[in-house]
Amino acid sequence: MLIRRPHPGDSAAIRPSEITSESVYLNRRTLLQAALAAGVTGIGAGWASEAGAVSELNVQRNPKYSLSDAPNSYEDITTYNNFYEFGLDKSDPSENSGRFKPTPWTVTVSGEAEKTGKFALEDLLKPHTIEERVYRMRCVEAWSMVIPWDGVPLGDVLKQFQPTSKAKYVAFKTVLRPQEMPGQRSAVLDWPYVEGLRIDEAMNPLALLAVGVYGKTLPNQNGAPLRLITPWKYGFKGIKSIVEIRFTERQPPSTWNISAPHEYGFYANVNPNVDHPRWSQARERKIGAGLFGSRVPTLMFNGYEKEVASLYQGMDLKKYY
Amino acid sequence: MPSTRVIRRYIKPAVFIVCALPLLSLVLATFNIGGASLGANPVEKIQDTFGQWGLRFLCITLAVTPLRDWLNMPWLVQLRRMLGLYAFFYVLMHFLTWLILDQGMFWPGILDDIGKRPFITIGFAALVLLVPLAVTSTNRMMRRLGKRWKSLHRLNYVICLLAVWHYYWQVKADTTEPLIYLAIVLVLLGWRAWKARPRRSGASNEGAVAREG
Repeated sequence: MLIRRPHPGDSAAIRPSEITSESVYLNRRTLLQAALAAGVTGIGAGWASEAGAVSELNVQRNPKYSLSDAPNSYEDITTYNNFYEFGLDKSDPSENSGRFKPTPWTVTVSGEAEKTGKFALEDLLKPHTIEERVYRMRCVEAWSMVIPWDGVPLGDVLKQFQPTSKAKYVAFKTVLRPQEMPGQRSAVLDWPYVEGLRIDEAMNPLALLAVGVYGKTLPNQNGAPLRLITPWKYGFKGIKSIVEIRFTERQPPSTWNISAPHEYGFYANVNPNVDHPRWSQARERKIGAGLFGSRVPTLMFNGYEKEVASLYQGMDLKKYY
Repeated sequence: MPSTRVIRRYIKPAVFIVCALPLLSLVLATFNIGGASLGANPVEKIQDTFGQWGLRFLCITLAVTPLRDWLNMPWLVQLRRMLGLYAFFYVLMHFLTWLILDQGMFWPGILDDIGKRPFITIGFAALVLLVPLAVTSTNRMMRRLGKRWKSLHRLNYVICLLAVWHYYWQVKADTTEPLIYLAIVLVLLGWRAWKARPRRSGASNEGAVAREG
């Protein structure tokens, strides 16, 4: 194991920078690259056949997407999750997702595009290099993490399908498998989970289709084997275990918006000036900051203002929350 | 019925220790003793645990009078003050965790939240209402207030409803648990209302019992 996990004796107040120090992290990268050079792992062969297991990915660091903050520990990223398909508590997804089988996986592409149909995940990814990008993740519940995702730019994948001029939006759907996803057996949300983006949002270089975290395939609790990452939006936009991509002319529905329209909008952009009706979004708790790490101010578009602000020029963000 | 000596020397200390176990579990987890851990978000964990137990002890305290009657165990009432003070303790710790660890005593944010967020306003109101009950929980205050003591302590009915409401408004999607608490509180309050219902033949003994609780 190349990733240093916190020892049981470690104090709860340890900072993430101490849990995964930069040197350990970079060292891990060197080892990964060495493995890569030796031709150890290929994409198709990289996927685990066993449920709940993860395997090494062949990834290329994209230095353009780095942060000065140290990433959260692998442990924090994989044990503190909102994935209601596996239960409501943060620890439920890691505890209840062992039966989920993310392989083999196919994605159905439909709607306003030239090349639609069913695609094996391997085939979707084949033309692309899997990049590692360190992104901030801001949950609508006012906590945040820093996560090294591995994936391919969403826009690059979508262009493969040659969307037509009618494709104004892109909709995503999570797999529906109540047998393997115990949370789907209760009607907490309207299953299956659906999400959507405006096409220009989807084509923004920041939008990522993630297949891994920390150089390994996604664990089930993080949305294996394929999930969306839009770091300027609240975490719930990052739909997990995607089985369907549909290009549409009209704005597609999104699950939390259906559940509570006055609390969760279609856009869900991180915005410290627009509060959730029940709590403030002005500040956030950084996971890993420990018992006495107080909240820090939330940044507009989660700190990605330069990259995405132009998408929303002239829009009233209080109305389109 | 156990003798006063048994209640004082054994039952009360035992109940005192049992009621402190949630606090103990948090202390162990904070220092990672025995493999316990507060997890990725320790502040949330502490705050939730205190809040949950605050609500549970409010319900337990509210259940003492009905249980006394249902089980015919009049001595249970002797535990009620301790249970009520534990409820106050856990609710207060829940509030202090929010104030100090969660908000980091960032006063503009705190005052804004208490004023603007209904679920926080309600929770804060419940805490404020608990203060006079805790202050008047001594024997001396009971004697001084006489009949008014009972009226004052009926505030607990309102407090329990506010606490459940606070919880209900705080959850994101699944309201099952808060609704279970609501059902419990409604049963305990409904029983009181039923006992106190007006009778054609004047106040019965049962009615007198209900007025005590």
